[in-house]
Amino acid sequence: MAIEIQHLNVYIKENQILKDICLTLPEKQITCIIGPSGCGKSTLLRTINRLIDSTEHVRLEGKVLVDGKDIIGSGHEITELRRKIGLVSQRPCPLPMSIFDNVAYGCRINRMYKKHRQLIYNVQKQLQAVGLWDEVRGRVRTSATRLSIGQQQRLCLARSLAVEPEYILADEATSALDPISSKTIEDLFVSLKSQYSIIMVTHTLHQALRIADNVVFMYLGEVVESGPARQIFEQPQQELTRKYLSGIFS
Amino acid sequence: MDIKRKKQVSEWAVKTVMWISMSIVFLLVFSVIWTIFSKGCKAMSWSMLTKLPTAGTYLGGEGGFPNAIVGSLYIVGASTVLGLLVSIPVVFYLNVYLKTSSKLAYWLRLACDVLFGVPSIVYGAFGFTIMIFFGLRTSLLGGIIVITMLIIPIFIRTMDEATRNFPREILDASYALGATRWETLKVVVRQIAPGIATATLLSIGRAIGDAASVMFTAGYTDSIPTSLSQPAATLPLAVFFQLTSPIPEVVDRAYAAALVLTIIVLILSISGRFITNRFSKNKL
Amino acid sequence: MVKDKLAQSVMLGLCLFSILMVVTIAVGLYLKSSPVLENKSLWSLLSSSEWRPMKGEFGFFPFIIGTVWVTVLAIAMAFPISLFTAIYLTEYAKSHVKKFVFPALDILAGLPSVIYGVWGVLVIVPWISNRFAPHFVDFSSGYTILAAGIVLGIMVIPLLVSLFIEVFSSVPMELREASLALGATRWQTTHKVVLRKTLSGVAAATVLAVSRAMGETIAVLMVCGCVIGIPKSILDPGYPIPALIANNYGEMLSMPLYESALMFAALILFAVVLVFNLLSRIILYRLEKTQQ
Ligand SMILES: Nc1ncnc2c1ncn2[C@@H]1O[C@H](COP(=O)(O)OP(=O)(O)O)[C@@H](O)[C@H]1O
Ligand SMILES: [Mg+2]
Repeated sequence: MAIEIQHLNVYIKENQILKDICLTLPEKQITCIIGPSGCGKSTLLRTINRLIDSTEHVRLEGKVLVDGKDIIGSGHEITELRRKIGLVSQRPCPLPMSIFDNVAYGCRINRMYKKHRQLIYNVQKQLQAVGLWDEVRGRVRTSATRLSIGQQQRLCLARSLAVEPEYILADEATSALDPISSKTIEDLFVSLKSQYSIIMVTHTLHQALRIADNVVFMYLGEVVESGPARQIFEQPQQELTRKYLSGIFS
Repeated sequence: MDIKRKKQVSEWAVKTVMWISMSIVFLLVFSVIWTIFSKGCKAMSWSMLTKLPTAGTYLGGEGGFPNAIVGSLYIVGASTVLGLLVSIPVVFYLNVYLKTSSKLAYWLRLACDVLFGVPSIVYGAFGFTIMIFFGLRTSLLGGIIVITMLIIPIFIRTMDEATRNFPREILDASYALGATRWETLKVVVRQIAPGIATATLLSIGRAIGDAASVMFTAGYTDSIPTSLSQPAATLPLAVFFQLTSPIPEVVDRAYAAALVLTIIVLILSISGRFITNRFSKNKL
Repeated sequence: MVKDKLAQSVMLGLCLFSILMVVTIAVGLYLKSSPVLENKSLWSLLSSSEWRPMKGEFGFFPFIIGTVWVTVLAIAMAFPISLFTAIYLTEYAKSHVKKFVFPALDILAGLPSVIYGVWGVLVIVPWISNRFAPHFVDFSSGYTILAAGIVLGIMVIPLLVSLFIEVFSSVPMELREASLALGATRWQTTHKVVLRKTLSGVAAATVLAVSRAMGETIAVLMVCGCVIGIPKSILDPGYPIPALIANNYGEMLSMPLYESALMFAALILFAVVLVFNLLSRIILYRLEKTQQ
């Protein structure tokens, strides 16, 4: 199942932040959202997992269908929705607990396992999936804040994967990292796309060029153009997109 | 019970507890204000404010507590001015001359916070000792000195908080124009005026309400002091000394004095809100 | 230029003066209380229950116990109310709710001690005497440790709430969102992430409130009963240290040892408050620094 956004408008106070967004985010692919900063990329992601609820004076209009169900409006089980949609944020933020507890946090919150053994197994599995297991195996009970920043970001990814999401949202997940860590995360996303639908906001066009299957170009709260990566990069239909992309090819 | 339901129930339970806590807070505010106003309004009259107690404070008879009102105003007025004179230079020094990482600044802030926490009864006892040492008796001057000591830390810390968010670029601009730091003071003062105003209101509130420190130092008297060496009555002590009297008229004076004190403090608090709302919209 | 230099040294002087004030108070109180300390050992002063100023017997134990009872009671009542109010205000409340609550807390914080005393005498004391105490004892005047605890508890609520709010605000928003994004509810996020992260800050704030409560004088003096003796329950009258000083300071001038004993009481108070304050302030400073 995919995420389908229909005529989404987001207002904060009197300002319209997102304007009539219509999008389909296909599953088991990487969709990159690009655009200048302040154009509403983060707001779009925060609307999809309803984190925008914690912002004050927000008004949402339109539909966001996740697995066919509209998640806008009340009556929807938001904690369940958020479990299903993982988030990796710009700055890695490990919770104030040990490495193990960080990964186990979501499982415990959602009571996913009856037996402790299963929990341990799952934590190890996710740490392996992000290539962190070998680096931390001797110290999973020590504080997560002592990891390097690149390791922290991978830990955050493992933490999201541990609650068995179907989608992963990443908001400039590599922008705070050094080039090597950044590359590691990028490769991870590529390897994960067979199991998860990944929607990532990226600040570098090169990254989008390397890993995107689909690209969405946003400008001033509107979607200017969206489609398969090749098409957008090679034959953009809109003048605005062409101008923005000219950065890479010149 | 499934996990979804459990989450909802605990969320709901916690919300209820929080609502109860908040209701208690509101109830308390209401109860205190209501008690003071209902007793005070009954006891209040024009002569309470204007006529000195004819038969003495502790005996019944005509009159009210203008001696306490005037005494409080003298003490609060003088110590606010003195407090400002000491603390504005200190805050200025702290935020303009010293680097943010300065050790002296750290210790000064810590000292002020600690002084702020020292009980006023300790200030009173200490102040009294000092007065004895210099051969002073309980007097208006003693009250002014102790209250000044009491409010200086409040002044410094409140202004300091307001000044810390102060944009240092303004200073650079001022230097670039060839101004000395001393001249820059004027620029800074204009910038932190709302901070000074808030600090002043806070300090006045603390100064006018404090009883323990003026008890030994300013004393109490039935008349309005005419010189610094005479003892002076204060509003909180007018309440404290007269409340437990067996004579109804004296108790009424205590209620009326409590009402006056409460009204003054409420006005200070409301104007404080007004200033912070107007000048810093982002403050909580 | 000369003007500039002069101004600078004046300001430096004033700064040092403020710092030295802490030391001056400590030294002054110590010097004043040295006669009684020479007369009796520190331990016997603190642990004896004999209080006969006329005979030179100064046992502070009943007053220390009185202070501890009243303070513990006050904090026990104020802590949960303040904690949940602060959690509500930082984690749940919309800004229009805050607009109502903050002025109320402002008023609570601004009211003078003596006003709380009046309220305690008029509301709490009769309530204890007529309604509460008869369930447990035959007679109570209402002027009890319980009354002092309640009044004091209310007085520290605004301080605790504002300190808690400051502490909770030091937790970055992203951390909360990280927890929420994993499917945690607000409350789960609050107690597993926010409270966990700020445990030291919450403790520091509480210690600070304890030190404030211990030194509070007038309101407590008005409702505590002021009977010397070791209270057996919260329905007995008590006599905390600040009340002792305030009640006796005027009459003791003729007796040097008595004056010295009261100065010693002030010194105890100052020392405990100083230590508590330093501890909690240093922790709170650290917290503030990590936030930036
Ligand atoms: N809480 C908020 N209140 C008011 N405006 C906001 C808020 N959050 C975001 N905005 C506005 O929404 C627009 C889009 O922000 P954002 O989604 O963060 O952009 P991007 O992630 O593309 O850089 C910006 O103009 C920003 O100013
Ligand atoms: Mg963004």
